[in-house]
Amino acid sequence: MPRFGMVIDTLKCVGCMDCVVACQTENDVPLGYCRDWIVTETRGEFPDLSLEIRSERCNHCDNPPCVTCCPTGASHVEDFGKTVQVTAEKCIGCKACLSACPYGARFVHPEGYADKCTFCLHRVKEGKDPACVSVCPTHCMVFGDLDDPNSEASRLLRSRKHHTLLPEAGTKPRVFYLT
Amino acid sequence: MLDITTTRHNPLVDPVLSVWSWEIPVYLFLGGMIAGMMVLGGLNMLRILKGERPEGFYSVQTPVLGFVMLNLGMGALFLDLAHKLYVYRVYMAFEPTSPMSWGSWVLILVFPVLILSALIRLPEAWPWLGDRIPALRGWSEAILARPGLVKALAWLNVLLGIGLGIYTGILLSTMVARPLWNSAILGPLFLVSGLSAAAAMVHLVSSLVPGHPAPRSFLGGAFAMLVQPLGANPPEAKTSVSLVKADLAFLAAELVLIGLLFIGLASSSASHVAAIDLLTSGRFAAVFWWVVIVAGILVPIVLQWLELGHRIPHTVVPALLVLAGGFALRWVMVGAGQASHMVAAVGM
Repeated sequence: MPRFGMVIDTLKCVGCMDCVVACQTENDVPLGYCRDWIVTETRGEFPDLSLEIRSERCNHCDNPPCVTCCPTGASHVEDFGKTVQVTAEKCIGCKACLSACPYGARFVHPEGYADKCTFCLHRVKEGKDPACVSVCPTHCMVFGDLDDPNSEASRLLRSRKHHTLLPEAGTKPRVFYLT
Repeated sequence: MLDITTTRHNPLVDPVLSVWSWEIPVYLFLGGMIAGMMVLGGLNMLRILKGERPEGFYSVQTPVLGFVMLNLGMGALFLDLAHKLYVYRVYMAFEPTSPMSWGSWVLILVFPVLILSALIRLPEAWPWLGDRIPALRGWSEAILARPGLVKALAWLNVLLGIGLGIYTGILLSTMVARPLWNSAILGPLFLVSGLSAAAAMVHLVSSLVPGHPAPRSFLGGAFAMLVQPLGANPPEAKTSVSLVKADLAFLAAELVLIGLLFIGLASSSASHVAAIDLLTSGRFAAVFWWVVIVAGILVPIVLQWLELGHRIPHTVVPALLVLAGGFALRWVMVGAGQASHMVAAVGM
């Protein structure tokens, strides 16, 4: 069984937001909400500055606090790909998962249930890449099975320096940023 | 320097998490107070079983008050839900890793225990109802005739009360994403604060109509049932004194636990240290220091100390302040806790 993850090359990402628009179109994300977004991080003092542009989303953590806090099992780890998903019909809208996520990756859908990135599991099951990955004009995003040592994602993680977001949270995120 | 900009703009999440409004502090406050009443009531039921006069104790009738307040608290909780029609889903699963799931099932157990405990004195406390439903008197006598059942009820009150009081704090403290909450102190703090609020509430309501026979009318009887925990007999002096002494101990313990919470935060990660700022400056600081600490703990400690020494007359002022402080503690912790978040390392 695969364990899906995403590898994003911050040296290639230009923050064009194509991934954001593709996600909103593919998943009918309600107006005013977003399942993925662009973060621009500037470090240092002028003129010695460094810039990192990241396309961020749910990290589909190996140790997801949003799943452990859910009182109904609506937030769960899907068998296929070990991704974190929400069953809207089980969600009571208590918002505990929104409080528990260190990444602010979730929101309350206008219909009342918790919503977030699904890694476009409906596309992945058809053998396609997630919408955000498929439209990226700089090909900075790679989606694949992290348990397959021959997947492009695994090879990139072996060969390039990378980091995850807030590793100190202990959530073991599966979205990696190449630096 | 670290400068972060984001295009994310999700309502209730950005710029600061604010998913829980007034409903959750109200529920946490009422739930904590009910929990405290159950513990105090259960302990007193045990003393009555040992042959002490029931009218000498507070909390004999608090199950009725607790039952009404539990419904109010659950109502607030329901109002908070964003997907209300699916609320039944909570009881279609038990998720052992979720404190909210544990709490939901504890609440289901609390209801019958409160109802059974309330039945002990309901016909006498609300004569209007007792006259119209004669079976109530039968049930009341049936429960009282079985000391084993009363003893079991007493222990269930104590144990479920502790569970209910402590789970609300644990629910928040398990969230690593919110450094202000992420402390094991929060469970005991909410439990002790609930006990303090319970003692204050019983003190307050027993002062409203002390020792009058329950009115026989519908409304008057219903009101007296709620606010006359001491029953028809005048309370003994030791009752109110023991309430004040208990409240003093709870308030002192609360102060110590808040101190430990600060020590824990100050000696932890950068995110935890940053969370302290939410209580020392910013929009929650004034309420925390003036309402929670000064008005809700320090002033009641001084007033009740003076009352015990007979230097000032007995009033309901300390009880009112304790209740205001108890609610303010929940309001501050829920609001400031949501605003607290993990901070990215600048030197990364």
